[in-house]
Amino acid sequence: MRTCLLVDDSRVIRKVSRQIFESIGFVCEEAENGKTALETCKTKLPDFILLDWNMPVMNGIEFIKALRQMPDGKNPVIVFCSVENDMNHIRAAIEAGANEYIMKPFDADIIRGKLGLLDLIEA
Amino acid sequence: MKPDDFDLFATLVKQRSGLVLTGDQSYLLESRLLPVTRTYNLKSLEDMAQAVRSTRDEKLMHDITEAMTIHDSYFLRDLKPFRYFQSTLLPQLLVKREAKKHLRIWSAACSSGQEAYSLAMICAGESDKLQGWKVDIIGTDLSREIIARAKSGIFTPFEVQRGLPVGMLIKYFEQSGDKWQIKDEIRQRVQFSEGNLLHDFGPIGVFDVVFCRNVLHCFDPLTKTKVLESISHVMLPDGMLFLSLGETTTGLPDHFKSIHAPCSVFGLESAAKAQ
Repeated sequence: MRTCLLVDDSRVIRKVSRQIFESIGFVCEEAENGKTALETCKTKLPDFILLDWNMPVMNGIEFIKALRQMPDGKNPVIVFCSVENDMNHIRAAIEAGANEYIMKPFDADIIRGKLGLLDLIEA
Repeated sequence: MKPDDFDLFATLVKQRSGLVLTGDQSYLLESRLLPVTRTYNLKSLEDMAQAVRSTRDEKLMHDITEAMTIHDSYFLRDLKPFRYFQSTLLPQLLVKREAKKHLRIWSAACSSGQEAYSLAMICAGESDKLQGWKVDIIGTDLSREIIARAKSGIFTPFEVQRGLPVGMLIKYFEQSGDKWQIKDEIRQRVQFSEGNLLHDFGPIGVFDVVFCRNVLHCFDPLTKTKVLESISHVMLPDGMLFLSLGETTTGLPDHFKSIHAPCSVFGLESAAKAQ
């Protein structure tokens, strides 16, 4: 079973994305900021991470930089999912090690499309 | 809506575009046509039906047809046909057309241009191999409005996320306000024009590759056969036709043969005989 970590300080966003990922067949865990996400990852790395940018305690960029330094930290596929939707933010996320980027608001179609591009589901 | 009015609109749209509307689609018809009534200062669909009957106004009939025939479009829709194009078909064409170094690709019923632009971006990504080649990418659609949109190359954040990898967004788009515009270097690779699949295609030329996806299901079987017949006349003998996923040779004119079923790619039977 593939695992997925949903990192967002909004409980609503976590709930909505959880429904989408569970319907695709992922087992989901949640974290409300980068720090708790990093702790979860130290216990067990998920296959996939959906990552918000702006969060208290530790933001998405700080998290991804820290994770990519960890042993096997390059393995999880990471998709940023943020209201920051300008080119500079998108470039910065990719340079920091994100595999894809989703601009909020998003829908199930967009998530499925991105997972297809990343070969995590059949397009 | 009155059955008579529904029939009037359905007949009009079918004659002009081939699109078949069934009785259970009166909701779709209402939601698409109400904005047209407002443009013409008509109070209701009933009034618009009356206007069509009494005036047969060409512009009104055109606008009604357009409103009914605008379809959703995605970049790299279904992904695998485009991967097949890039990894299998394009390398084959690079060998087969080595002498003339010229490729012609047609996105038929191109809607707002995502399919044609996807192909243009793929070709841009292969520019090393296509050095010295001329690649014509033609997009046609019967809707004037949608062709204008396609030409503008401007898309919403929603549209640029549907199917488009972020790497392509970074490389080939520029942000302008809350919209995204495809860069000139890609826009220049594509020519868009109005064109109705039911009519004579005119001096459109012949093609190595035709994409005609997610449109034939709107037609009745006879119209579909007629359109495919016409398309076969503008395909080179060894040209390839991409149809919607799941499309099989059943219901296709006899001279089409399956080339790569998982991506619904078809060729012409005569090519096999000639070889």
